[in-house]
Amino acid sequence: MNYNWDWGVLLRDPYLGWIIEGLGWTLAISLLAWIIAFSLGSALGVFRTASSPVLRALATTYVEIFRNIPLLVQLFLWYFVFPELLPEDWSRWVKRDMPFPALTTAVVAIGLYTASRVCEQVRSGIEAVGPGQRQAGRAIGMTEVQVYRYILLPNAYRIIIPPLTSEFLTIFKQSSLALTIGVVELTAMTRQIEEYTFQGFEAFTAATIVYSLVTFTVMAIMRQVDRRTALPGTFSKGAA
Amino acid sequence: MFDLDFSVIPANSSLLWEGMKMTFLLTGLAIVGGIVLGTFLALLRIAKVPVLAQIAAAYVNFFRSLPLILVIFWLFFLVPLILGRPVGAFSSVLVAFIMFEAAYYSEIIRAGINSVRPGQLAAARAIGLTYGQSMRYIVLPQAFRAMTPILLTQAIILFQDTSLVYVVGLRDFLVSAEIVANRDQKLVEMFLFVAVVYFTFCFVASMGVRFLQKRLAT
Repeated sequence: MNYNWDWGVLLRDPYLGWIIEGLGWTLAISLLAWIIAFSLGSALGVFRTASSPVLRALATTYVEIFRNIPLLVQLFLWYFVFPELLPEDWSRWVKRDMPFPALTTAVVAIGLYTASRVCEQVRSGIEAVGPGQRQAGRAIGMTEVQVYRYILLPNAYRIIIPPLTSEFLTIFKQSSLALTIGVVELTAMTRQIEEYTFQGFEAFTAATIVYSLVTFTVMAIMRQVDRRTALPGTFSKGAA
Repeated sequence: MFDLDFSVIPANSSLLWEGMKMTFLLTGLAIVGGIVLGTFLALLRIAKVPVLAQIAAAYVNFFRSLPLILVIFWLFFLVPLILGRPVGAFSSVLVAFIMFEAAYYSEIIRAGINSVRPGQLAAARAIGLTYGQSMRYIVLPQAFRAMTPILLTQAIILFQDTSLVYVVGLRDFLVSAEIVANRDQKLVEMFLFVAVVYFTFCFVASMGVRFLQKRLAT
């Protein structure tokens, strides 16, 4: 293997700044997309288990559409196709006048895609709480909304903390897809360092370490959260 | 605005079909390679040979913490460097997919092996089979049967993931469609078509998995 090592490149100006900036964009996409994924996914999860067949069909259709098309294709649909289908004024706004067009598109696309996955986790959480709790809630005179608000959701969220954590980490990793529409996030930054300096080994190592560190940190934090919020009498790791 | 012209699709059907064949080839080879390496990793973790089990666990956790695109870039850069000569994008991408997917397959296979009751292994050992034979003839066949639906679901995910070869320009289905889209100025038609094709394949396949799941459950 013929290679000129130069680990110093990572600390040199402007490359260190690039890595930090890239991580900033990666975290921004991840957190903003997670807000969409979590709120929409929760609503869909409730719909999917609701008593109304219309709501159930709506949520099921959403999930089937969004999880059966590759995220990259969805990203291109939002970026290249969606603006063309709008009236001209709106189209111009989406393509040019909207703040950070590429970043916003990436956030929306990744958020809507992950909402379909979060929906399935929320649904399985609600199903894990069991029908008895729902019936008990209705029997003491709660409305369906109240049953979800006070009984099903608080319990379900506590059960699905581990799978929700991995959904967030999936978003964190998939935010790298934003580079295909020109957002220079962490992976794109290291690729750029490789192209400028030919020090691919060092550049990709830096990205690898940063991704792993963030992942393991989030996992360690969420394990503590899971332990603190474990439902007594369940098989959650923290339940003693 | 809505004057869509889908005649661009039949006009370029052979180019698109070439791309689709590449997508299928990559998916197929990555599934086989991923399952073989994944089974190997799972067996290492279960065999409880201290150091090897830890190495396998570290491999799995490490790869699961990385974005697939970064792994594709890594191998795209590393494979020619290690071989000392330029190779096509296909080989480096295939290595990337096998190494990456093996981490996910290994977790599925490990869960499958653990779902086989321990009495089975004990019984196999008691009638004189070696550890390797017990795994080969008793435990793994049952494990694979139990986890077939999840393996197939992972295969559908992998089929979708192969679209990421876009980042190194390998001519799969998506890249072929994009070439046509840019050349003929038909972005809307082509990307809608790509979405419909992927959706059809994945939706039908996931219905098949659900059917299989019901049959295996009874």
